[in-house]
Amino acid sequence: MTSFDVIVIGGGHNGLVAATTLGRAGRKVLVLEAAGEIGGAARTEEFFPGFRVSSIAHVLNRLHPEVVKILELEKHGLAFERQATPSVALSTTDDPLVLRGAYGESLDGATDSEAAAWRELRALLFRYAGILKPFLARRPPDLADMSLSETSALAMAGLSLKRLGKEDMRDFLRMLLMNVADVLDEHLEDDRLKGLLAFDAVLGSHLGPRSPTSLLGLYYRLAGEIGGVPGAQLLPKGGMGAIIAAMGASASAAGIVVRSNAEVAKILVEKGRAVGVALQNDEQIRAKTIVSAINPSSTFSLVGSRELDTGFVRKVKNIRMMGDAAKLHLALDRPPEFLGVRTEDHRGRLVIAPSTDHVERAFNPSKYGEFSPEPVMEITLPSLADPSLAPDGACVLSAVVQYAPYALGEGWEAGKPKFLNAIMAQLEAHAPGIAKSIRHTELLTPLDIEQRYRMPGGHWHHGELQADQMLMSRPVSGAAGYSTPVDGLYLCGAGSHPGGGVSGVPGLNAARHIIAMKA
Amino acid sequence: MAKTARKTNASTRPPRAALQGHFRTLRLPSPLQPRIDALAKTEDWYTWAGYKAPLSLWDEELEYFTIRSQAAAFDISPMVKYRIEGADAEAFCNRVTLRDVSKLKPGRVHYTAWCDDAGHVLDDGTLFRLAPTHFRLCCQERHLPWLLDSTIGFDVMVEEETEAVAGLALQGPTSLAVLRDAGFAGVEKLKIFDLAEFPHESGMVAISRTGFTGDLGYELFVPAKLALSLWDRLFEVGRLHGIRAIGYTALNRARIEAGLIVANADFVTAEHAIRGDRLRLPDEIGLGFMVDAEKPHFNGRRTILAARANRSMKHVLVGLEIEGNIPAEHAIVYHRQKREVGLVSAAIWSPMAKRNIAIASLSRPYGDTVTDDLWVEIYAMRELKYERLMKRARIVPRPFIKLERRTANPPANV
Repeated sequence: MTSFDVIVIGGGHNGLVAATTLGRAGRKVLVLEAAGEIGGAARTEEFFPGFRVSSIAHVLNRLHPEVVKILELEKHGLAFERQATPSVALSTTDDPLVLRGAYGESLDGATDSEAAAWRELRALLFRYAGILKPFLARRPPDLADMSLSETSALAMAGLSLKRLGKEDMRDFLRMLLMNVADVLDEHLEDDRLKGLLAFDAVLGSHLGPRSPTSLLGLYYRLAGEIGGVPGAQLLPKGGMGAIIAAMGASASAAGIVVRSNAEVAKILVEKGRAVGVALQNDEQIRAKTIVSAINPSSTFSLVGSRELDTGFVRKVKNIRMMGDAAKLHLALDRPPEFLGVRTEDHRGRLVIAPSTDHVERAFNPSKYGEFSPEPVMEITLPSLADPSLAPDGACVLSAVVQYAPYALGEGWEAGKPKFLNAIMAQLEAHAPGIAKSIRHTELLTPLDIEQRYRMPGGHWHHGELQADQMLMSRPVSGAAGYSTPVDGLYLCGAGSHPGGGVSGVPGLNAARHIIAMKA
Repeated sequence: MAKTARKTNASTRPPRAALQGHFRTLRLPSPLQPRIDALAKTEDWYTWAGYKAPLSLWDEELEYFTIRSQAAAFDISPMVKYRIEGADAEAFCNRVTLRDVSKLKPGRVHYTAWCDDAGHVLDDGTLFRLAPTHFRLCCQERHLPWLLDSTIGFDVMVEEETEAVAGLALQGPTSLAVLRDAGFAGVEKLKIFDLAEFPHESGMVAISRTGFTGDLGYELFVPAKLALSLWDRLFEVGRLHGIRAIGYTALNRARIEAGLIVANADFVTAEHAIRGDRLRLPDEIGLGFMVDAEKPHFNGRRTILAARANRSMKHVLVGLEIEGNIPAEHAIVYHRQKREVGLVSAAIWSPMAKRNIAIASLSRPYGDTVTDDLWVEIYAMRELKYERLMKRARIVPRPFIKLERRTANPPANV
């Protein structure tokens, strides 16, 4: 039997990035994927005969350029469309507002004064997100034990802060932990624009726009870039699975062996050191380095609390990771028509979040275990740009819907049909007639996402991405920076710094860390 | 996964106020309080873990000699006690504590300690294995949240039983005779650190050949409601064997002679330490012998072994013999009479060893590789004036006294 230097648990995008980076550095790497195919929550899947959709992640906005470069993704079939996808703030009472270019380089449908205010705020947000960007790209600072290069990188970030000038620096620090609603109120008037920005700030987290620190979510988004354009977004041709296909090809080229239907049952630890894994079928595979791309709490469950310290187990148990977002897939007879939206703009990202207050009100019930009666959502119609995703003339709708608390008080079995009704009422209000064109509906609650994609809490970030669970506290102190208390065991998934979204950064950083450790 | 519901299940709790009666009695009475109160001639009390406990009862000198020549009864009910039970009880104890619990047979007791993730000692105490899946952990400080969090992933329940279980230490050369005459048949078969249960009235009393005196002695644990009748049973037959109740001052002398340390007296426990440099790894307080690198994982293993490998231990706990006869309590330890290298945490003139002895914490390398030319600075108050004495100190092994009767088999049947 072939022996491997490294076993990567989980063939999601971060697992593939870590595996390929290590493989290209000369390691013999085996990727173990529990499901029948690689890709995790970034697959393209058929949800109804002839209809395919990006499973969870459906908008690409932060795939890191170094990941594209190192994995040679473009050589392996990834094609970026040069035209950025617009974001459309839908409204039932007004015309939609369209943010064109990279996150609203221009604004359609706003007054001149609002457009000017937005230009100013947009520049400010990008400037400040730019300060955070290096922190969100590198390994998190290790307060106890930092190498010279890490220290100097941190110093550079400090320097860029200094370069801002006194006023800007003061404002950056003032705003850092603010809630997004207050920031928007300081700058903008238009409810549609504020609603969209508020929605984007809290997308994928258990926060409302008025929750302290909610602005960080927007910074996180704007620190991403696509094709060298900060803030840009696109719907990948072929769905998110196309990214995975390119990564898979890159992995093969690097000699990575991928085994699917290989669910790890246990991480084997001997004298404080990870020495291999045992699969569900009791097969044992040994390797000197074990890299886990799966959720941190799942990872440490595989280790078992007997091999870990009490304080550490307590910290892992306290990671907040109850998802609050659902995913909706509709197979439609024909493309829907959203009120006032130009035909070509239907290819963009359509957002139902009519105001900050609306988003906040949608959030409120979720704190008490109830879903939003008037949910907010981000809708894409990927088959418009890529007809291969749906049969002739038909259309796929993919939407991320908030808020859908993982621990729904009444339970999701009872709650799911009611929540679907609430979602459909919103869709029908914005795209009259859509309900009549539905051939098939698939609604994935956080519970479904948990079960289908093995993500505890159904949380696509593998843990809330909030200030207390970022940087050296992600996923917990003691396991930040990709090393864990178990020698030879590393984390490389979204649960590690910087966090989720299809970026590949945790995977890349973890691999680089492992390579540097060895040297 | 079985976990105790008693302390954590909010829904079954009575209203909060009803649970918070403790503050109405600043010093809780022990289950043995009526008997101790009746003997308390000196009215010399202190607080032990929230309980009213005697420093002395009639004469601290004579109480000390009761330990060494008769049978001394010392109420250990205030000691914090946890009941640990379940299929994974052994694995749980093995993960929490330093020593290898798989080597602790049912009916045996061992002295152990436990650490946090950083390897800093949370407490030391005794672990009683009452049955294959039933343990009792006795210690100085409260640890329920820590122990409950430690149950994650183990089929075990942990329950505080400090109030439910009374404890009585019976120490001294005639202690076996008292127990024998009280009718605990077979108690003479107990070897040091053995443990067995004996019937007492409606229940059972767990008797172990353990203690905190370095002498022949036993510890008895009994349901609180049977505590007084147990006391009476011993005192009735014990009169002719010289049984007397004692307070902590006498016990403290005996334990210093035995070289035993007390949490938060000789070291600061990790959860009580406010200052970062007061935290101690086991090897820094003389408990390194407990650390078993070969056993399965335990809390703090990684950092303790790393500190050993890096030789980064900063402190060492030593026994000192000091010239003269003035106890050096809380004296500063010097190297070459100049460099401050540590502090004495406990010191007495030892009546048994006839030596001036002390337990001290030193900063390495002093006490580790540099052991010569050590001095202690004693300030002796003499009629409103300090006499400053610089006395030579020599590192000596602990215990300071070794009594054959402590481990003799069978024990002397006085």
